[in-house]
Amino acid sequence: MELIRIADVQKTYKNGVVALYDFNLSIKKGEFVFIIGASGSGKSTLIKMLYRAEKPEKGSIIIGGINVAKLKDRKVYILRRKIGVVFQDFKLLPKLTVFENVAFAMEVFGCDKNEIQKRVMQVLDLVGLKHKVRQYPNQLSGGEQQRVVIARAIVNKPKLLICDEPTGNLDPDTSMEIMKVLDNINRMGTTVIMATHDRDIVNRMQKRVIVIEEGKLVKDYERGQYYHESIKNY
Amino acid sequence: MKALRTIKRYFRDAIKGVVRNFSLSLASISCITITLVVVATSIIISYNVENFAESIRQDVTIVIFLDSDATEEDRDRIEQSIRNTGNVESLIFKSKQESAEEAKNENEIFSTIVDGWTDDTNPLLDSFMLKVKDVEKIKQNAEDIKKLDKVNNVNYGEDIVDQLITVFKVVEKIAIGAVIALIIVTAFLISNTIKLAIFSRRTEIEIMRLVGASNISIKVPFILEGLFLGIIGSIIPIIIMIYGYISLYDFFDGKLFSSSLAELIEPYPFVYLASLLLLGIGMLVGMFGSWRAVRKYLKA
Repeated sequence: MELIRIADVQKTYKNGVVALYDFNLSIKKGEFVFIIGASGSGKSTLIKMLYRAEKPEKGSIIIGGINVAKLKDRKVYILRRKIGVVFQDFKLLPKLTVFENVAFAMEVFGCDKNEIQKRVMQVLDLVGLKHKVRQYPNQLSGGEQQRVVIARAIVNKPKLLICDEPTGNLDPDTSMEIMKVLDNINRMGTTVIMATHDRDIVNRMQKRVIVIEEGKLVKDYERGQYYHESIKNY
Repeated sequence: MKALRTIKRYFRDAIKGVVRNFSLSLASISCITITLVVVATSIIISYNVENFAESIRQDVTIVIFLDSDATEEDRDRIEQSIRNTGNVESLIFKSKQESAEEAKNENEIFSTIVDGWTDDTNPLLDSFMLKVKDVEKIKQNAEDIKKLDKVNNVNYGEDIVDQLITVFKVVEKIAIGAVIALIIVTAFLISNTIKLAIFSRRTEIEIMRLVGASNISIKVPFILEGLFLGIIGSIIPIIIMIYGYISLYDFFDGKLFSSSLAELIEPYPFVYLASLLLLGIGMLVGMFGSWRAVRKYLKA
């Protein structure tokens, strides 16, 4: 079943830079997709459009039946409640504990306290941080902080998890731990889209890989293909 | 149940916002406090000026002297004509005998002179004392009445009344204008202070939006926070105004320049009404300020 359909999308920034051009992409439910490309290739723009931080000027982006391209500012929350987003720079609230940071995402729905308590502990267990619930973000390592962000992103059981270079600030070992967590989440049925620079990770994970160059989709490798071809090319 | 929880969360977040960002809250509160003190002063001045003007207006009397040969029919006819102007608060007829009596009681010298008069030699004239409803039409009324047959003279202290009316009108307009201008300036000042406070919390707003908080559910706690800041900020101005005005009133013994025309407004219930007004202004500008400040961060 198709979860995301991107058709004829074009995005030009105000300064005239064309970030994406004539872009088409379809992603099925339950897939794990890497998006790779050099800095300035339009990869971040694509990711931002998926969670409607940017709006395309042409084309349509349908995510789970919502046309994100036409979504009004005050209706953005409807999309955001169906997806989870993970960033390179974490975006945690420093004055809240680990538990509160994750619970925050449930509180905006007006969830019941017991329900929040139960679910937050469940996801913190899933990312392996059950023992650090009372700590503050600055008492955690980078990898741990990123796991809190992932916990926050999946606490509302989203259909889609969008990750914008989640391992960008982490060392290789920690990165692999994060990838294991993401892979686990994917195995439980959540579609994962991840933008990254890290070729090593992409090679090891053996997933579908989309390559963007100068705003265009230049290659779409099926599961397991990327590793072999990259050996040839690089 | 869900709605109740949401409302509870709004209030909790608003209170948390005030407490956790205390230094910036304090800045906003002091800003509200200072301006509300000035607004309070303007309110006191403008209401009292309005009061002075009102008491002068009520006190203005047109005295209409009738010709000495005016008959009773003339009197009735003139009274009818005056009433026909429609601008009559009260109209009292004073015969020349009554005027003589009054003069007699005024002091001893008058008394001996008046005693020597008989009804025929009494040089005073019969008169009407007219108090008008709308003092601004007084000039026109006086001129109309003067034209009536058997009216000898019309007198209402033209110059001084005209001048006072003009002066009060100007003072009133300035005071009201100042209050309005101050309220607007305060609203924007507070808006900017709160904007600073919110600027330091833009990540929080960004994350709230990212995890799917609707714009309203982000706005409401901030607007409530502004409301609380407004309420806290109006406490000191209200105390200053209540005690300040009461002691001012006591100090002047209720009137300025010991003149019955410049009586200050009774402190009760004036101070309570003015306090409510201050509280209302504080709440409104607080809410408006936050609303305006947070709006900026809710665009995409």
